[in-house]
Amino acid sequence: MRFEPVVPRPKAKRTPVSRRFVVIGAAGLILLGILFFRLWSLQVVTGDRYLAEANQNRTREIRVPAPRGSILDSEGHVLVDNRMSMAMQLDPIELPEKPIERRDLFARVGKVLDRSPEWVGKKVREEIHENPPGSPITVAQDVSDDIVYYLQEHQSEFPEVQVNRIFVRKYPQGLLGAHVLGSVGEVTAEDLEANPDKDLAAGDTLGKTGIEQTYDDELRGAPGLTRLQVDSTGRIVSQLPSTLPDPGDSVRLSIDQDVQQAGETSLQSIGLPGAFVAMDVNSGQVLGLGSNPTFDPAIFTKPLTQKQVDDLYDEDLGAPLFDRAIGGQYPVGSIFKPITALAGLDGGFITPSTVVNDAGTITIADQEFDNAGKQAHGPVDLRRSLEVSSDVYYYLLGADMNGTRQLQDWAGNFGLGRATGIDIPGESEGLVPTPKWLNQAHREEPDYYDPWVIGQNIQFAIGQGYFQASPLQMAVAYSALGNGGNVMKPKLYQQTEDAAGRVKEEAEPEVVSTIPLDPAYRQDIMDGLHDAAQAPDGTSYQVFGGFPVKVAGKTGTAERQPKADQAWYAVLAPYEDPEIAVVVTVEEGGFGADTAAPVALQIMQAYFDKQAKPVSGGGGSVE
Amino acid sequence: MESSRLSRHSTRDPRLGLLERAGLAGMDGWLAFSALGLIACSLFTLYEASGENIAGAPEQYVQRQALYGLVGIIGMIAVSRIDYSRFRELRVGIYTFLCASIFAVFTFGVAARGSTNSLELPFFTFQPAELGKLLLILALAGFVIDGAKRGSEAGRSFRYLALGLVPTGLVLLQDLGTSLVFGAITIAIMVAAGVRWSHLAVIGVALTGFIAVVLVVMPAAGVPVLKEYQQERLTSFLSPSSDIGDAGYQQNQAKVGIGAGGTTGRGDQATQSRFGFVPERHTDFIFAVVAERYGFVGAALVLSLFALLFWRALRLMTLSKNFYGTLVAAGIAAAVIFQVFVNVGMNLGIMPITGIPLPLMSYGGSAIIATFLMIGVLQSIHIESHAAQRSPWID
Repeated sequence: MRFEPVVPRPKAKRTPVSRRFVVIGAAGLILLGILFFRLWSLQVVTGDRYLAEANQNRTREIRVPAPRGSILDSEGHVLVDNRMSMAMQLDPIELPEKPIERRDLFARVGKVLDRSPEWVGKKVREEIHENPPGSPITVAQDVSDDIVYYLQEHQSEFPEVQVNRIFVRKYPQGLLGAHVLGSVGEVTAEDLEANPDKDLAAGDTLGKTGIEQTYDDELRGAPGLTRLQVDSTGRIVSQLPSTLPDPGDSVRLSIDQDVQQAGETSLQSIGLPGAFVAMDVNSGQVLGLGSNPTFDPAIFTKPLTQKQVDDLYDEDLGAPLFDRAIGGQYPVGSIFKPITALAGLDGGFITPSTVVNDAGTITIADQEFDNAGKQAHGPVDLRRSLEVSSDVYYYLLGADMNGTRQLQDWAGNFGLGRATGIDIPGESEGLVPTPKWLNQAHREEPDYYDPWVIGQNIQFAIGQGYFQASPLQMAVAYSALGNGGNVMKPKLYQQTEDAAGRVKEEAEPEVVSTIPLDPAYRQDIMDGLHDAAQAPDGTSYQVFGGFPVKVAGKTGTAERQPKADQAWYAVLAPYEDPEIAVVVTVEEGGFGADTAAPVALQIMQAYFDKQAKPVSGGGGSVE
Repeated sequence: MESSRLSRHSTRDPRLGLLERAGLAGMDGWLAFSALGLIACSLFTLYEASGENIAGAPEQYVQRQALYGLVGIIGMIAVSRIDYSRFRELRVGIYTFLCASIFAVFTFGVAARGSTNSLELPFFTFQPAELGKLLLILALAGFVIDGAKRGSEAGRSFRYLALGLVPTGLVLLQDLGTSLVFGAITIAIMVAAGVRWSHLAVIGVALTGFIAVVLVVMPAAGVPVLKEYQQERLTSFLSPSSDIGDAGYQQNQAKVGIGAGGTTGRGDQATQSRFGFVPERHTDFIFAVVAERYGFVGAALVLSLFALLFWRALRLMTLSKNFYGTLVAAGIAAAVIFQVFVNVGMNLGIMPITGIPLPLMSYGGSAIIATFLMIGVLQSIHIESHAAQRSPWID
């Protein structure tokens, strides 16, 4: 072999090797082929999907809350704006799973806040329970600067803790307009579900009640998005193109701060539950709207304690959260009489000159109906019936209209028995009693309801019985009387302004319906109401007699068994060409002239910026 | 005839050119090209992508890898000038040294990346098992030649297997991945040696059974052979999208990075590898870095260089002047391609995480130098085959 020429080599030796060479080569080729194919399929075929995944991997998006727009009064006074608050928050992703580690975290956080680990743990559990998944867990708000600096300096010891600047609602006017303004709160899972078309995410703030709720879209603004590039440990590597938050627009209300202040202060000074509404009769714009007792809207900017929640709803404390101005449903007493009179005039049951001899009491269908204190007013015509508030006059009218729908229709004409459509939630519809309704109710619940009898219509004629309305509804009704028959949709909203103060949108007056009001009849009613307020025999002469602006006002004293009588006052001014309607009610306030009318006077004084002179004498009529 | 025989052993011959004087005469150019191409790709990738690995020393990996490469290339040239057939004579010594060096790790070893497989030497942490791959090839091939005519076929098969399994078993206790390479080398040499298919089939069945017992049966019986993390590494590629932090997550991140690379790569936008989503980006997962940064084009280039290397090694099986060279070439070809498959397969999410480096690409001195020495042996086979063609009596 040694001396053989070797090229080519002897076949005998090559055969097994070349065969095995092919086997190893084929095996390697197959392995390489698998790799090539897999590589090609990953990169070329499905590369886009992985690219998307990689991009998602390395970016973290942080919503930067937009400052919420301010709420202003009609003059531009700030009713609500924002303040910055430092909130100590935990990143839910960073929250350890192991109970021991959690306890350790709570202990460390608690030590910083000077709280027990249990307190922190409870807080965290509540936050997780209340807010949608992924929301930052706010452990403490309004954290002091000391704590903020401490946390910043010791950031490495608290990787789970963030101190974030959050916007908190601020109320420069204190309690003013609390029921109107409403409150904001963190988005809940239900909110997210209910508003799929809104750009909402966990951790956002949403208007929950009042103006904050109705005009949330205007006020909320658009959050910014800070996009950060992060590495595999979540460490921020760089900032990617981001969007800045777009501050919310300001909403200017038609509320006049002076009117509102006057109403709230004077109502509070009486110390009884009550409400007031002041309305521009021509536009339907609400100039003031308040309910007593009230509350500090700022309490909603922090987590409420159970006691605070209980107190807000506590009947013994007057249920301060309840907005009586729009949600209260009461018998309204004599302030209803103008509507009864117009119904009677329209139906031909009376003329302006129809005279009734008011002996202070009258018996109809074996039932005795009395004036207040059985005071006899003698012969009264329409105008006099309003001036002295003769009940007998209206008892007879109510009796005459029984069996027709005349009174019910006219109550409906004035917008009673249905929601006014005011732009804050929570209003009630009231109740206009009809025979059909009461008889139906009697069939369903005979123990509670008696069938309709003539007495129902008689009671209804003086705003009593089953009839119920809210102060707002009465204000809308009086506005319609004042403006000549237009039932306006009451509105608190006046306009939207952007951050630079430019008007983006303005409220348009909305006429809900028009009453076929005979101008002559209307004038008779207005004259009667003017006498009632400012003629010496008028029921509220002591209050409005010295007011330099001519007004048309009506007292009301509604029986609300077993409670004491409820005081009402409804007034239009100026009498000749009314601009403003004010309705005031005071629960258990007794005679309307005693408690409700003085509040209305305060509001009128604020509106016209004119003071009433004291008057003496007069006031022969009581209610 | 005489002169040409002397030509590779005498650099003083005035007729020799520069390459031959440098000892490069007769080398396989394509083989050298593939090896140098791969180390160049490695350096380029490390230069571009590992800057953020060590704070304050962005060039450290590149510089060290370049040094390892340089040492490796010198080693390659040196080895290529030795007639590889000399190693056959030294087989017993090599084999003893192989086992002893691996064994030494048990006594003097230091831990790195989860397994104790290194020896701390001055200036250098040496992984005996890396060089061991070459040593096993050289020794086992020699033993095969020894026993080619002795004993029954079954006896021979068993002897080869036993000789291969001793170091394989020793390494298994230190590093699963490397022991798999040892096993692959043993099988490849047996295949090349002409061991009966039926014997190989029996070994295959036994191996499958063994894996099943270790991974499935024993853990199910409550006797875990592997540590939990080892088991997880081996099986995680079957369910890649598990929780963040475990092996499957990391492997999935590598896969995402590779996919995101697309056809032409993401360059410096390669966020998966830049921002640490891809683990071990300079060592085990360097292929994922290449694939994300340079896309299918870059990754396919690397695979093509391995294909070239493999082809040249295979070719030497047929060119070798003797059967020993054929066996050695088979062992080296198999060792390289097996490591490429397991490592790249791991990157691509089709193989378990085993810690096998990508030859000539992954950062690491022991592996780089040892692989260059393998190439050196292949070059020696090539040179010797040329010499043998000119002086046939040498065989």
